[in-house]
Amino acid sequence: MRIQPLTVGFMPLVDAAPLIIARELGFAEEEGLALTLQSGPSWSTLRDRLVLGQIEAAHMLAPVPVAMALGLGGITTPLDALSVLSVNGNVIGVSNQIAARLRDAGFTPDFRNAAATREALTSVSGALRLGVPFPFSMHAELLHYWLAGGGNTDPKALDIRTIPPPLMAEAIAANEIDAFCVGEPWGSITVENGGGELLLPSNAIWKFAPEKVLAARTDWTAANPELTGRLMRAAWKAARWLSDTSKRSTAADILAWPEYLGLPAEILERSLSGHMILSRHSPVRHVDRMVVFHDAAATFPWKSQAAWIGARMAQRFGLDPTNAAHKATEVFRTDLYRQHLAPLGVDMPGASGKVEGALALPTPVASDNGTLILGPDAFFDGRAFDPTPFG
Amino acid sequence: MPSQLTILVVEPDKTRAEAIIDSLAATGDHQIRVLAGHTGLARSVAEMNPDIVLVDVTNPSRDVIEELTLASSPLERPVAMFVDRSDDSITKAAIEAGVSAYVVDGLRADRIQPVMDAAIARFHMFSRMRAELEATKRALEERKIIDRAKGILMRARGLSEDEAYALIRKTAMSQGKKIAEVAQALVTASELLS
Repeated sequence: MRIQPLTVGFMPLVDAAPLIIARELGFAEEEGLALTLQSGPSWSTLRDRLVLGQIEAAHMLAPVPVAMALGLGGITTPLDALSVLSVNGNVIGVSNQIAARLRDAGFTPDFRNAAATREALTSVSGALRLGVPFPFSMHAELLHYWLAGGGNTDPKALDIRTIPPPLMAEAIAANEIDAFCVGEPWGSITVENGGGELLLPSNAIWKFAPEKVLAARTDWTAANPELTGRLMRAAWKAARWLSDTSKRSTAADILAWPEYLGLPAEILERSLSGHMILSRHSPVRHVDRMVVFHDAAATFPWKSQAAWIGARMAQRFGLDPTNAAHKATEVFRTDLYRQHLAPLGVDMPGASGKVEGALALPTPVASDNGTLILGPDAFFDGRAFDPTPFG
Repeated sequence: MPSQLTILVVEPDKTRAEAIIDSLAATGDHQIRVLAGHTGLARSVAEMNPDIVLVDVTNPSRDVIEELTLASSPLERPVAMFVDRSDDSITKAAIEAGVSAYVVDGLRADRIQPVMDAAIARFHMFSRMRAELEATKRALEERKIIDRAKGILMRARGLSEDEAYALIRKTAMSQGKKIAEVAQALVTASELLS
């Protein structure tokens, strides 16, 4: 087997772990790939490098390939979401001023109840300046869903600003924003630097939200089926390794290396283990499924997740929701997932879409080997999203 | 299992060598090279950089096993060794030297594929364990340096452990350096000054 070189871009975030582990622990080599990982300064840079062919694949925000398929953001080169690299993993934090106002109002964050937290937040402050890593991100979608309600929302209802993840802690410390939604470890770094406090994990809004995908250009995956399969299998094996709780500190140690995140392993381990510290001197809070790489079919690129993203974006940007959701489903390549991961004996769900938000508890579902358990995946407001009308 | 492998076979018996090639060719479009003797194994391994080495030795001594294993670089690729007879000490020597599969009762063409698959899987498992161990060692070294730097600051400036760590971290962030680098610089400087 000839070892093939492949360059994959990533942002310095805990949820880049499947790619970093695939390289460092030999899962890529096992699949015949010599993986070069290239860190990016911002999501737009990573997207542009992917489009220009400077990198073959990338760690990418799940909504980015969808936005491109909908013609949003100026670049419309078709991208494939080959698999989901991570589920959840973001935190919402506020500046010290807002945190103090919440305290004065008698509110103690429980890091759990999204509805109560929203009520407290809106009662102590007017329009918040909100930092997110990219306009097309789960961060933006979840903030809109949480703050502006599940219904139709004016795209200008929230004052949202784009700040690359590694700069979020500085932005809130410098009073450029009042609150943020960002991927770990940048929320915990804010806490460590004393620039703000954490309010909620993103999974308090949606318990099982697709976060990053493994993305590649559609013309590249079509021309390179063999390499596509190797990369998908390497990432899948690394994600399975990451799901072993005994490997967390080793994973944190590797992510901490200067070529990856270059940050203390102790801070990276917080989100990997779900032991979050909300503010300086606050006790540790345990968060279930703070970030998920493998369990509950986390890697499966559900068409219904794509449809949710497409429909939400359509509402905000004034597009036809049915058409947008349908276009979005074509970006999430369940066909390639089934084809390329079948040799590993991965248990495949019977259907490629599901009602999102329907499961309050872990629930067995129809699958090839009969071992698949999904959920919980509820939204904080108890609504469900049925993708059926969007086919 | 990948279907295009580069395979180096050491097989002195010509008839068996042909049977092995046929059997391997039936499982995929492999690139196969056969060596009749042990001499030149290290050179062939270096030239060919095979994905797997299969060695058939009729009645090996412990020395021969160690020599063959070493020449195949078993830490870089799976090596499967087939012997006709063996005793416990030779088996142990082979495994300790890093052979991924050690099969007594010779190299049989009909069961070469499962042995190869097992050798490859075992090799990957061990290289992963080595990589995990390396990562842990590297982190431990960094922590040792950070602990020493913390101790130096605690003594020199009368800080608590948390304060000392916070100072190192703050310095690292403001200078755009890694914590371990700042800690190392502090340890080096204090050694020069003492």
